[in-house]
Formats: sequence, C-alpha cells, structure tokens
Amino acid sequence: MTKKDVIIIGAGPVGLFAVHQLGIKGLNAVVIDNLDKAGGQCIELYPDKPIYDIPGIPECTGEELTNKLLEQIKPFKTEFFLNERVEEVQQKSDNWFVKTNNKNEFIAPNLIIAGGVGSFEPRKLTLKDTEKFEGKSIFYSVKNKDEFKNKNISIFGGGDSALDWALELSKFSKINLIHRRDEFRGAPHTLSEIKKLEKDGKLTIKTPCQLESVEGDKSLKSITIKFEDGKIEKINTDIILSFFGLIMKLGPIAEWGLNMNKKNIKVNSENFETNKKGIFAVGDICTYPGKLKLILSGFHEVALASVECFKRARPNEKYRFEFTTSSKTIQDRLGKK
Amino acid sequence: MFCILALFLYILIYIGMAKITYKDQQGNSKTIEVENGLSVMEGAIQNDIPGIDADCGGSMACATCHVYVEEKWLVKLPKAEDGEVDMIDMAFEPKKNSRLSCQLIVSDELDGLQVTTPEKQS
Repeated sequence: MTKKDVIIIGAGPVGLFAVHQLGIKGLNAVVIDNLDKAGGQCIELYPDKPIYDIPGIPECTGEELTNKLLEQIKPFKTEFFLNERVEEVQQKSDNWFVKTNNKNEFIAPNLIIAGGVGSFEPRKLTLKDTEKFEGKSIFYSVKNKDEFKNKNISIFGGGDSALDWALELSKFSKINLIHRRDEFRGAPHTLSEIKKLEKDGKLTIKTPCQLESVEGDKSLKSITIKFEDGKIEKINTDIILSFFGLIMKLGPIAEWGLNMNKKNIKVNSENFETNKKGIFAVGDICTYPGKLKLILSGFHEVALASVECFKRARPNEKYRFEFTTSSKTIQDRLGKK
Repeated sequence: MFCILALFLYILIYIGMAKITYKDQQGNSKTIEVENGLSVMEGAIQNDIPGIDADCGGSMACATCHVYVEEKWLVKLPKAEDGEVDMIDMAFEPKKNSRLSCQLIVSDELDGLQVTTPEKQS
C-alpha cells in the first residue's frame, strides 16, 4: 500500500494541474486514470481540435495542452497509474483508502476526484447475444493481433480505428468492413489503401448497412446485416471487431456516498470539498452554483482545493500563501536555481 | 392579469421562443418553450427532459444528445457538418434522420420542431 498526501483520480487537464498546485505546496500525489495515457477528454475526444480559451494561450490543441501540462508537472516526478480504474474508496480514520481494479492500494488524507464525466469505455454492441460473445468472438480493441490470424473478421465502424485494423488484419485474415454510410473518415493514404485492397479482392466493403443479429452457439458463426434499402445479408464471421468510439461512464463514483446531482458531485465553492471531509471534486465532474464546465474553471478549482489538502496533510504546519515569482521554496521545488 | 399577459407577450415577441417537442420511444412527449439561440440539447437539459445525456456538454464529441428529427423538419435544418456526421456514426442506432441536438440551434424557423430520443444514448 502506498501512502501519499493526495490521491488524484483522473489524468485530464484538471487532474494534471492539481499535481502542480499540490507540488508547489510541497505535497506529493499519485494519479490514477482508466485511459492508457494522460489527457482525459483533451486527448481522447479532441486531440486535434483547437482550444481558444486557455488564458495566455491564444490557440492550442487538446494534445498540445496535455503535453504542456505534463511538462509543467515534470519537476514533481509524480507516479501515474494508467489503465486502472478506482473501484473502492473507504474511510480509514482520517485517511482515504483507495483500491484499483488492478489491485493497487493507496492511502492518503486527501482524495481529489477530477474524473470528468467518468471513465472512458468502448461503446458496446447491444443486440441480443452480443454480450455472450464478448471477449470470445466480439472485441472492442485489439490487444494481441495473433489471435486474429486466419479468421473471418467483420469490422464495424467508419473511422480511423476501423480502417487501420482493417488494413492491418487483412494481411492474414478475411475482412468485411461494414459501415452505416458510404463515406469513411480516415487519412487519405489509409482510404486509398483500403480501396486498393477491395479492388484486389482482399477485403469486402459493405455499406450502407448495420448489424441486425449475431448467430452461433458457443462461438460466433455468422452475422446478419441489414442494408439501408432493407436487403438482408448473412456473412460467415468468426470475429466481430466493433469501433464505435468511447462513452463515458460514471462507474463506481456514484457508490461512494457523495452528494450528487445527476452525474455531478456537489461541492462547496470555497475549497471544492464534497460532503466527505478530505474528498474533493474538481473540473467537469463537480457542480456548485454558477459552475461552468471549462478547463480554466477546473484550474481555479484545484488551486483552492490544494490549500485545504495542505491543511489536512500537514496539520501541524501553517499554510503560507506564496507566489511562484518570489518564493525560493517554490522555485526549489520546481528545480529552478 | 394584464401584467402576466403583457409579460407573456413580451417574452414571446422580444426574447423569442420556439416550441420544441421531445418524444421518446414509448410515445411520451413533452413540449417546451425554448429560447432562441439555445440548442435543442440545452432546451432538454434545462428542462429535465430524459433521454438526452449530453456528456461532453455540447462540444460535438460524444454523440449522447442524439435525436431523430421528424422528416418534414429535417429539410429545414442546416445541413450537418462532417464532424457531426462522423459523431453520429458512433451514436446508438443511427438512422437517416439522426442529428446531434447540441448542433440544432433554436430559432423562430424551428418553432414546432419535433425530435424523438433514441431508446438509449450509449
């Protein structure tokens, strides 16, 4: 079990800046996120879209902002636990005990929830029996492509993931690429490669159509698709790969006894503490009168929350407000000489 | 009484509202006066209309404000931009008349618009 001053759930922009605000106050933190990389919505939903309302930065993309924030918190050498979701939160006297789905355990007097709209999960197929085949014949990501050799694979989706995997897996499997409309969205090079494979008979494209049903007993045997004009077709299929993006699920957060308003956690706007002492909520997931779901609001929220975190983590020390421009202590912590 | 009537007229004429009807798959429907300039999604969220999640808050990044638009209204709406159509690919059971309600901005022209929410958003 790792003991820290603060446990941060969520590695989005606000979670990352929390590391900074805690770090300059001399507090150490650990960051846990369900995604495989830092950045949250910035990196997952709009890595290439410009953001125009970060103070002092006229224009930057979600990816650029994430990279800048990571650079800004580098001096604090914070440990990240990615691909991990917090499953359990328990009070242990004045501390919060946290356990992830990967069985990692942490304890700290402060827990900051910077969880956005919840954890990202693949959007799943919801037809009858699709759940039964999940992980055996139906997949939402490719972890080990060797498992997809010499099979009949039906790939659903029209974006980058669907196209990239269609290309890759067509090297050693029979691919059906199925999409609800004729237009695919991907890099021009990828699109022309796909067209070429189709011409050479190495890949079949089915559009505009959607999945109607899946058939099979223990393992998947075939699928039925329905075209826009009502025509039905059965396709021999061993494996379905479905790429319909990610959805955000609040998940276990709803069960931690926090005062909620729909999918948001109620906080006071003085230090962004929830109804539980030592648990804070910041960024898109928190709500209070006048709340705006802006990145810049989240930055303000963590600055204030970090002060209360200090008081809880260092009860015997007096908190002193300091400026980064003039504080030698802060400059030391930032590694500036 | 007169005051109330005057106020109502004022709201109708000067602020500009449009009647938007939200229907669900069970056939329940609710008609709301939504202020011009707001999106059909915001109208739903502000009035607690179930069936529209809007997880990303209207940044066209999640497809959880997906609605079906009545055929006769579809032609009156500004065409969906590429980003919206790409996002609809991800939506639950997209159809030809699918739109993201965060991209439908309420105006006088949309007075009477009827949208149907899908069985679920994700």
